[in-house]
Amino acid sequence: MMSHWIIAPVVLPAVMGAFIVLTMRHDLLLQRVFSIAATGALAVISLALLWAASVNPPEVYRLGNWPAPFGIVLMLDRLSAVMVALTAFLALAVQIYSASTGWDTRGRHFHALWQFQLMGVCGAFLTADAFNLFVFFEVLLIASYGLMIHSGGRDRLRAGVQYVAYNLVGSTLFLFALATIYSITGTLNMADIAGKVAALPEQDWAMIRVGAILLILVFAIKGALVPMQFWLPATYANAPGPVAALFAVMTKVGAYAMIRTGTLMFPPATPATGTFLSDLILIAALLTLAVGAIGVLGARSLGWLVAFAAIASMGTLFVAISQFTPEATAAALYYTLHSTLAAAILFLVADLVADRRAHLRLTEALPPIARSGLIAALFFAGAIAMAGMPPLSGFLGKLMILDATRGDSMALIWSVILATSLITIVGLSRAGSVLFWKAHASTPEEPAETKDEPLSFAAVFLLIAGLVALTVFAGPVMGWMEATAANLHDPSSYIGANALVEVGK
Amino acid sequence: MELLVASAIGVMTAVGIYLILRQRTFPVIVGLAMLSYAVNVFIFASGRIKIGFPPILNKYAETSYTDPLTQALVLTAIVISFGMTAVIVMMALGSFLETGDDRIDMTDKTDGEDA
Repeated sequence: MMSHWIIAPVVLPAVMGAFIVLTMRHDLLLQRVFSIAATGALAVISLALLWAASVNPPEVYRLGNWPAPFGIVLMLDRLSAVMVALTAFLALAVQIYSASTGWDTRGRHFHALWQFQLMGVCGAFLTADAFNLFVFFEVLLIASYGLMIHSGGRDRLRAGVQYVAYNLVGSTLFLFALATIYSITGTLNMADIAGKVAALPEQDWAMIRVGAILLILVFAIKGALVPMQFWLPATYANAPGPVAALFAVMTKVGAYAMIRTGTLMFPPATPATGTFLSDLILIAALLTLAVGAIGVLGARSLGWLVAFAAIASMGTLFVAISQFTPEATAAALYYTLHSTLAAAILFLVADLVADRRAHLRLTEALPPIARSGLIAALFFAGAIAMAGMPPLSGFLGKLMILDATRGDSMALIWSVILATSLITIVGLSRAGSVLFWKAHASTPEEPAETKDEPLSFAAVFLLIAGLVALTVFAGPVMGWMEATAANLHDPSSYIGANALVEVGK
Repeated sequence: MELLVASAIGVMTAVGIYLILRQRTFPVIVGLAMLSYAVNVFIFASGRIKIGFPPILNKYAETSYTDPLTQALVLTAIVISFGMTAVIVMMALGSFLETGDDRIDMTDKTDGEDA
């Protein structure tokens, strides 16, 4: 049984992106209609795939019908399905926002690049071939370069050059890593690599460790793990608001790849690599948390503050990932859903403020902005979610991560997570009071709203509704995630689906 | 032969790393190009160095063959790195025209202040 729907999340945006460039590049309304409809269709397909993945075992899709491990295959399992669904939901909400605020009018080809970006992200989540993962990384990166400098501007272009240069180094590292792994194992199919690495003779252990470290470095660049986080603050702070919100899922591509590699290819039980990957990731994750929290406290502009908050949330996520136990992985998956939505909400709120305020600097209080009360409430909700305070899902996520890290380094992990949460709360409340409270000290009246864009607020509310749903249905979601984590830590069904079978029957 | 290939990869990587640590866009771009050359040769070598053998199996004679997969990987990598170099050259040019200089780092004025 081979469902062709597995490839739809890659083919649909690819075809739609090309279609938009070719036939409607001069008609913005058509672009909006077709692009948002395509993202909506992607969301529907991803829900169907999510349902299929939760009732069926992992399913393989052979591109060109070549048998694995010789041909490239896509794999649909629970983890891939939930990440694709998260991407589609986020992209739909943020795309409505960008059309409503007119961001897509400030430069050309916004919607086409958006579709190519979705193609790359969905492909990276679905592929089961390490080199194909590299190709999809490049697809999502090249689209993100275009989106990052959308509408231009001095600082944006300069930050864009930095971003591209950093990621080109990352791509080169990725190729070095893949070539090293290929030279040892002779395969690039992830499930096949897993089998080969587990049975590796001892004289090859040093080489595979080099390859594994290089690969983890690449994913650390994507996931903004210290010391590879330098590209993130300037990029996210200078990117257009909706683009930064979509980029919230791009760091999760790094986290996803790290989970996939760490549970499938180099699990802690494999003698060749052992636990040294998880030890390294844990140290880096704790440093990432500290850097993010200190950055939130020290940021002088709202854009930079949100970017550092995103770094801190990646740190929390990687702490959970570094444990490589089923409980911690389940908590990490829940926190992935939460932190993507929370970061996107804060980036959109920062954009709403930037539209109405002279600048985003937090060093001086300016007169109140239009709709100050509503925007302040949205910022408050986003800040609560990001800092991990009750009642939103950030609290539950952090609680489950704390609960899952009762290991040897519990004292260290708990104190770092709790201390950085406090610092983040202080930083976020300082920003909120400068932006929304002190503004009323000089001029109590807020100006009348000049913009008429109710859909942009609706998009932010849609994302907050996602967070509320995650909180209310935390029990069922967590049960689903635990089953997902159990599958990840016992990858026999994933590897079995990739086994060499005779094709054509 | 192994020594020649290995030292070529090593020298190109070293030159590339030195150049990407420079502060202006042009040396950085040249450094990225050097790195991508180095990695292309490295991928080629990961299929083992064999000279004078075809990349196909021959079922009529007992001849050896060289790994065809790495050649396909190198082709993909060349195309991608070529395209990416073109993108960064255009963006660096745009940034130079907008800002009037080709420094790659953010200035103090923009850092954390402007948004």
